[in-house]
Amino acid sequence: MTNNTSSGVAHAPLVGKAGSSFDRKGLVQITLLSLLLLVPIAAYFLGHIYYVNLASRMTIIAMAAVGLNLAIGYGGMVSFGHAAYFGLGGYVAGISAYHAFDYSPFMTWPFSVPGSDSLLVVWLAAVILCALLALVIGAISLRTTGVYFIMITLAFAQMIYYFANSWPTYGGEDGLPIYIRNTLPLFDSSNALTYFLICFTGLVLAMAITSRLMKSRFGAALTMARLNDVRLATAGISPYPIRLVAFVVSAAITGLAGALYADLNGFVSPNMLSWHFSGELMVIVILGGVGRLYGPLAGAVLFIMMETFLGGVTQYWQLFLGLVLLGVVLFAKHGVMGWLAGRERNE
Amino acid sequence: MSVTLLIEQILNGVQLGTMLFLMASGLTLVFGVMGLINLAHGSFYMVGAYATAAVTASTGSFLIGLSAGIAAAACVGALVELLVIRRLYHRPHLDQVLATFALILIFSEGTRWIFGSSPMRLSPPSWLTGFVTLPGDTRYPIYRLMLIGVGIVISIALYFLISKTRLGMRIRAGESDREMIGALGVNISKLYTVVFALGAGLAGLAGALVGALQSVQVGMGEPVLILAFVVIVIGGIGSIKGALLGALLVGLVDTLGRVYLPIFFRAFMPPSEASGVGAALAAMLIYILMAVILAFKPKGLFSAHD
Repeated sequence: MTNNTSSGVAHAPLVGKAGSSFDRKGLVQITLLSLLLLVPIAAYFLGHIYYVNLASRMTIIAMAAVGLNLAIGYGGMVSFGHAAYFGLGGYVAGISAYHAFDYSPFMTWPFSVPGSDSLLVVWLAAVILCALLALVIGAISLRTTGVYFIMITLAFAQMIYYFANSWPTYGGEDGLPIYIRNTLPLFDSSNALTYFLICFTGLVLAMAITSRLMKSRFGAALTMARLNDVRLATAGISPYPIRLVAFVVSAAITGLAGALYADLNGFVSPNMLSWHFSGELMVIVILGGVGRLYGPLAGAVLFIMMETFLGGVTQYWQLFLGLVLLGVVLFAKHGVMGWLAGRERNE
Repeated sequence: MSVTLLIEQILNGVQLGTMLFLMASGLTLVFGVMGLINLAHGSFYMVGAYATAAVTASTGSFLIGLSAGIAAAACVGALVELLVIRRLYHRPHLDQVLATFALILIFSEGTRWIFGSSPMRLSPPSWLTGFVTLPGDTRYPIYRLMLIGVGIVISIALYFLISKTRLGMRIRAGESDREMIGALGVNISKLYTVVFALGAGLAGLAGALVGALQSVQVGMGEPVLILAFVVIVIGGIGSIKGALLGALLVGLVDTLGRVYLPIFFRAFMPPSEASGVGAALAAMLIYILMAVILAFKPKGLFSAHD
């Protein structure tokens, strides 16, 4: 208890600092977002399509991380299985395109469902299916806490990974190609810049949803469920449904990112479902700064840049990624955004 | 579907179970005593296998190689504990997961750097190759039987270590009340290093033994690590007894499921579809088992922490 008061005193001078760092934070955020928007546009008109696609990848991975951040950062639910939703979203895009391509129905019983090459249909299906999957997985997993939660989410993701791996209809471990990118009315989705702008819009929407959600009553309840669920229950709000809803929304965002990713690459494989990807997504959230709106974006940009440029220098770049990550976890708990933009006021 | 097949598959299941136990016992001890979730445990498995392969290749003796493999894994474990893990005991699980994930990246890429991407050769010594004939005319590889034997010996040794020795007493005390045994003058940090090295050594032993059966390559520890997690979650984290039963359960269910589910579905499906459905379901079986067990007992079968 004495510790508590002393830390209160120690924090007093920080209040002024936090106030002045608000501007710095806004500046960093706007710079980050406009760089992500303007650099690919410039690259496109200079003829560097490669960098446009790289930016699309950053944007999509950032969006997947925005989803995970809602669970880990805001909800305190350390999900080690978000690759399941990312991969499911990807497979929705892949399977739908596969059936649209050869005019075969996806299923005939109890009602006929044809494939579709419309992005809107794919996105809607990806969001709904990921939400349903997360509802089932979350309903079981959220009965547990701590390490058990980490491991059971991991185990469910592995279950889906092995299922995709050994189910031969959609390519099994070889994966499934998408020969022609799914389409959108009015826009030419096969154009690299158009597709980047679609992804960028998706990312901004996902961040806006997260921000609105966290400013609402629901967000306050979710924060309290993370900080002190007994107190939340005393206030007459049961933590379990709050967490479950946040988990489902988080999975739906990550699933939509997965569908975008499959169409970007023209390929889906069980790799999108692997536990390594779940781990990388967590790494991105932490690198950027956990529980911060722009953290996943900063993390994804940093991660993909390291992958691209360090990976160009040495094929063992993951060794350095490991060292950087170890350093961040052990010594710099607030991530890139904490370092660039100052601490959050409630930290 | 014959008795011979059944006996053979049960033995395979037990063999997988005993190897899983070697992995899971270390994980569960580290979690039970230190409260640490360690993803890098699979790396010790890999280190054990690589060290065994390298030393066996240069000395020509599998036993010397095996001892070197265990020693290398235990030393690397102790080193990792001193340098990194030690700083994580009081951190949230999220930090532990990430830091040990970082260790996996470092170990995997480091190993690829030193030994290259192609798998290393490690085969059982000549005196352990060949078959024995079991009752019921089952021919079974001696090496696999030896693995079961090693598993049994280690289980008994661990039982004595934990329940009869002073170190075991300290480990049990550490599980039930960490602060108290520190206050009673036990050197906690030394105890933690020893427990961690012990777990790493067991993982290295498992890696070396299985490496001779399959192949020694980067990333070999990861599938086993996840199976070992399933084992300790089923058994109850922190419980050695739970790890043993969970390991045997997972080993048997996984092995028998892979053999018998396709046969089962062939009874009422066309064979091509049956093998697909059977294989897909068999791959998911242990995870379904885990979900069912956790749905009824959220803390596993024998939890040490309530």
